[in-house]
Amino acid sequence: MGMTMTQKILAAHAGMESVKAGELIQAKLDIVMGNDITTAVAIPEFQKTGAKEVFDKEKVVVVLDHFTPNKDIKAAEQCKSCRQFAYDTNIKNFFDVGEVGIEHALLPEKGIVVPGDVIIGADSHTCTYGALGAFSTGIGSTDMAIGMATGECWFKVPSAIKFNLVGKPSKYVSGKDVILHIIGLIGVDGALYQSMEFMGEGVKELSMDDRFTIANMAIEAGAKNGIFPVDDLTIAYTKEHSTKPYTIYEADPDAEYEREYTIDLSALRPTISFPHLPENTKTIEEVGDIKIDQVVIGSCTNGRFSDMKIAADILRGKKVAKGVRTIIIPATQKIYLDCVKAGYVEDFINAGAIFSTPTCGPCLGGHMGIMAAGERCVSTTNRNFVGRMGHVESEVYLASPAVAAASAIAGKIANPENMEG
Amino acid sequence: MEAKGRVFKYGDNVDTDVIIPARYLNVSTGEELAKYCMMDIDPDFVKKMHKGDMIVATKNFGCGSSREHAPLAIKCAGVSCVIASTFARIFYRNAINIGMPILECEEAANDIEDGNEVSVNFDTGVITNITKNKTYQAQAFPEFIKKIMKADGLVEYTKKRLEK
Repeated sequence: MGMTMTQKILAAHAGMESVKAGELIQAKLDIVMGNDITTAVAIPEFQKTGAKEVFDKEKVVVVLDHFTPNKDIKAAEQCKSCRQFAYDTNIKNFFDVGEVGIEHALLPEKGIVVPGDVIIGADSHTCTYGALGAFSTGIGSTDMAIGMATGECWFKVPSAIKFNLVGKPSKYVSGKDVILHIIGLIGVDGALYQSMEFMGEGVKELSMDDRFTIANMAIEAGAKNGIFPVDDLTIAYTKEHSTKPYTIYEADPDAEYEREYTIDLSALRPTISFPHLPENTKTIEEVGDIKIDQVVIGSCTNGRFSDMKIAADILRGKKVAKGVRTIIIPATQKIYLDCVKAGYVEDFINAGAIFSTPTCGPCLGGHMGIMAAGERCVSTTNRNFVGRMGHVESEVYLASPAVAAASAIAGKIANPENMEG
Repeated sequence: MEAKGRVFKYGDNVDTDVIIPARYLNVSTGEELAKYCMMDIDPDFVKKMHKGDMIVATKNFGCGSSREHAPLAIKCAGVSCVIASTFARIFYRNAINIGMPILECEEAANDIEDGNEVSVNFDTGVITNITKNKTYQAQAFPEFIKKIMKADGLVEYTKKRLEK
């Protein structure tokens, strides 16, 4: 029996010729990552193992992105403990305010993750790097601690679901709409414990940013990981950002998939997830009249340069509706600077939006845009659970940057296709 | 190993944000996190529960974030076991890694009701509903996972492995 792309990467890192779904393996890690919230819990666990040093100073990454710039004294203490740990262990990739960006935009940008890697991150959206043809998955703080100490992690080899992408998406249909549509189709546990293997001729119609967004939200379908094949675009991206050696893995022709779906990208519409689960999707035609109080454009899902560009293109020369707090957050310092150079920051500010330093902030209800009871936000983030962005009676509607920008202008959920001219 | 307690019953997709909201993630010790356990799904949970009580829920328990703070808060609040039809995968491995007992059993998850008295035998996977006088058989853990649980978590398990 052949192996999926995920299974091949895992087999190679476990030193095995082949693996099959359900098998428990011990795999070698190329990157172990944590953020300010999860590293703070991992540090004492790491110390309990008795390890004096991390397994490889080049391969441990700590990113202070969630509650930074420090939102309160307790967050400051957590960041301080992470900072001290990074200095004590002398790890190469430690990102503090000034260099920091949202982890899942930052690691690919810095060339820290490349095709064929096995990556664990103490953050559920670590599955993002599957866009590069890597095996990448979210784990907790104890796994991070053990990963830092030993360079290894236990995995149950996942079975797979195949998503055969065909067709070309229309102008205002992005990677976000693709993944929201898929989550709506299979549900928030539709890929539980499994890998989501994206393939087909439609892949070439998706930019790297689209692929990052799609892989990023694999966890919202319960998946262990999402993964894309490596093509010319992936290789060009990798060469532009990294000097690390990379390996291209391809699924065997006789790989086993538990289920298969064909997704016609040309048939997709701008898609919105209604509260309080990402699976509650509606197309833009089905949303009705939903008035909003806030818009957030950013996060590890949609804070990349192309997301900023489409928001700027829609907001340029327009004004956000009175009473709609529009918060735009580029995911990294580089993206921030590119937005300055491109003139987008002027577009945003002239439109009545604010433009913030990189932070996960509002996505998880940390800071920088918390909602009161009864308030509604259209957000390009990844979760709309009860209380995710503030009060338990507030509501988050997940959407693409295009829909979010159009909604900011309209003061209610709006179709970006109607904003032209 | 056995546990016995009263059940707090919840539904599908109990996510990590309602188990331990992010506004409390600026603390990282189990004792502090336990004060806010289940805060956004059942604000009085910590007041109502007694040490040894259990959480029973249906599918996809612990979905969402990778925050180990979620099983840690549950463990340190004194919950003896979480039974669910299915667990989200990061919560599942986090619970095992920190030695928080969990069991997957669809029949038990569907049949057990809020307030039932339930006991669990972790060696056999037999769940007994004392209130309803019924038993259910949970799925057995693979040997490797049993070893981690027996060592009271991955840190102790790894320490022993490294010492060899």
